[in-house]
Amino acid sequence: MSDATAVKVREIRALIARHKRWDIVFGTIGVLSLMIGVLTFTVLFLDMLIDGAPRLTWDFLTSFPSRKPGQAGILSAWVGSTMVMIVTICAAVPLGVGAGVYLEEYAPKNWMTDLIEINVTNLAGVPSIVYGLLALGLFVYQFGLGQSVLTAGLTLALLILPVIIVATREAIRSIPAAIREGSYALGATKWQTAAYHIIPYSLPGILTGVIIGLARAIGETAPIITVGALTFIAFLPPAPLQAEPPFISFEWLLSGFTVMPIQMFNWTSRPEAAFQSNAAAAGVVLLVMTLSMNALAIYIRYRLRKNIKW
Amino acid sequence: MENMKRFKKLSIAVATVTALGFAAAVKAQMVKIDGSSTVYPISEAVAEEFQKAKKGKIKVTVGISGTGGGFKKFCRGETDISDASRPILEMEMKACAEAGIKYIELPVAYDALTVVINPKNTWIREFKVEELKKMWEPAAQGKITRWSQVNPSWPDAPLKLFGAGSDSGTFDYFTDAINGKEKASRGDYTASEDDNVLVQGVSRDVNAIGYFGLAYYVENKDKLKAVPIVNKGSTKAVSPGIETVMDGTYQPLARPIFIYVSEKAMARPEVKEFVEFYLRQGAKLSKEVGYVPLGKQHYELALKNFKAGKLGTGFGGKAEVGVKLDDLLRREAKL
Repeated sequence: MSDATAVKVREIRALIARHKRWDIVFGTIGVLSLMIGVLTFTVLFLDMLIDGAPRLTWDFLTSFPSRKPGQAGILSAWVGSTMVMIVTICAAVPLGVGAGVYLEEYAPKNWMTDLIEINVTNLAGVPSIVYGLLALGLFVYQFGLGQSVLTAGLTLALLILPVIIVATREAIRSIPAAIREGSYALGATKWQTAAYHIIPYSLPGILTGVIIGLARAIGETAPIITVGALTFIAFLPPAPLQAEPPFISFEWLLSGFTVMPIQMFNWTSRPEAAFQSNAAAAGVVLLVMTLSMNALAIYIRYRLRKNIKW
Repeated sequence: MENMKRFKKLSIAVATVTALGFAAAVKAQMVKIDGSSTVYPISEAVAEEFQKAKKGKIKVTVGISGTGGGFKKFCRGETDISDASRPILEMEMKACAEAGIKYIELPVAYDALTVVINPKNTWIREFKVEELKKMWEPAAQGKITRWSQVNPSWPDAPLKLFGAGSDSGTFDYFTDAINGKEKASRGDYTASEDDNVLVQGVSRDVNAIGYFGLAYYVENKDKLKAVPIVNKGSTKAVSPGIETVMDGTYQPLARPIFIYVSEKAMARPEVKEFVEFYLRQGAKLSKEVGYVPLGKQHYELALKNFKAGKLGTGFGGKAEVGVKLDDLLRREAKL
C-alpha cells in the first residue's frame, strides 16, 4: 500500500467516524426530544392519578354532580361525552371520507379545486371557538336544533372534518397507482374503483385521521360551552332503546347535556379542595375514555390491514 | 354488491326509525337555569335538593354562561331563570322588553369579597378603602410598585398584586366598589379567573395581596389572612364574616346576588314550586356552599314579592354599591 492510499483510507475512515458521531448526536437529541414529551405526560398523568385515585370508585362513575364533593360523580358527564362522540363520528367520518375521495378521485384539477384544497387545509388551524360561534348561529338558531347533543356532536364534527379529509387524501395517495390503473383496465367505473379498492385500502390511514380528530374533539370545551352545554344536569337523556314500540328513540339527540371537560373545569374552579380531587379523577376517566376509543380504532385498523393483500 | 344492498336497506330503516323516534318525543317537566358562575354553586345545590325532594319528577338544569351571557339567553326566552351576580343592566332590560320578556328580581344570598394577605405579613392590620384604591386604580399602573408608596409607615418591600381576571363578575364588583368605576383597574397584576390560582399566589409570597370571594378564603384559612376593611367615611375596621356581611357593616365589598325569573315561566307550576323552594331553602343551602345567606326577613319579603308577582328590577339598570336589601325589596320596580 502506498502512502497516498494509506492517507486516503485514513481520511475516509475519519469521515465515516465523523458521520457516525453525528449519528449518535442526532440519536441522542431525538431521544431527548421524545423524553421531554413522554416524561411531561407521565408526570402530569401520575400527579393526576395520585390526586384522583381515592375518588376513582364505581360510585364516582354512577353518581350525578352534587354540591358535596364526596357524593359528586360524573355520570351525566361521561354519558354526555359518549353520546356527543357518537354523533360526531356518525357525521364526520362519512362526510370527511366522501369529501376526501371526491377531491382525490373525481375533482378536476383546476384552480377551483386548488382553492378548495387550500381552504380545507387551513380550516384545520381555525380556533375551535370560531366553530362554536358558527354552530350557535347555524345549528342552534337557524336550524333550531337547540342546545342539544345533536348540535354539539355536529359542531365537533365540523371541527374535525378537515383533519379527516386531509388524512383520507394522504391515505388515498399512498395507494400504488397500479391498483387504480388495474381496476380501470378491467373496465371498472370510478365509483367501482373507489368502493372496491381505494376506500378499503385507504381505511387504515383514514382511521388514523379519525383517531387524531376524535382525540381532539373529546377534550374540547370552548365550542361546546358556546353552543350551550349545561353544567349541572342530574338526569340522563332518554335511552335510545325502549321497551315500547317503536323501540328506538332518538329523543336523546335533542336532550340537554354536559361533557367531561366542562365538569372538570367547573370542579377546578371550586373553593373546596375535595373538588380538586374530583377534577383529577374525572381527568383520569377522560384519558381512559380517549385511550379506549383509540384502542378500538387501532384494533379495527389492525384487522383491516390484515385483509389487504398487496 | 351484497354489502351495498344491505347498506341501502339499513339506511332506509334508520331513517324511518329516526322519524318515528322524534315523533314520540314527549315534553318533560323541566326548569332551565343559566347565568353567573358566582351564583352557580347555590343554584346547583338547590337544584340537587329539589330534584331529590321531587324524586326526579321535575328536571332542573343549570348552565354557566356568565351573568351577561345568561341574560342574553333569558331575554330570548330560552331559559326560565337567570343567575346574576349583578343587577340587570339597562341594555339587557331593553333586550328583554323588546322580546316581551318580563321578570321578577329575587336576591338569594350575599357574595362577599375578601382582601387577603400572606399570614407572615406583619405590617397590615387593616385596609382603608382609599389605600386599596391607591393600589388598584388605573393610575397606579407601573407607578405604585412598593408597599411604602401606598403608606409611608409600611416597609419598602415590593407590592405583589393578585386579582380577578377582567371577565369575571368579581372584577367588575371590586373595581366598582374600590376604584369607583366598573372595570377601571390597573392591568399590571397577576390576574386569574381561577380563584384557586390567586390563593396559591398569595399564600406563597409575603409581599402579596389579593382579592376573591369569601368562600375561597374560608376554605384556605390556614394559608391566608383576611384583612378588615375601613369603609369610606368610617373609622371602624370590619372583618369579613357571615355576621358582618348580614348586618351590613362589611362594606363596600359585599353585595347581594340574584336570580331573575321569567313571568312566562312562573305560570308553569314546576317553575313556581322550584322558586319557592329556592327561597325557603336558600339560607341553609347558600351557607353550605360557602356563601352568606340573606336575613330571614329578606327571604320572606322576596317570597312575598314573588307570590304577588312584583315584576321588574329595583335597580333601574345600574349596579349599585352598598345597597340595603330591606330598602331594595320594597322599592318600586321597573321593567
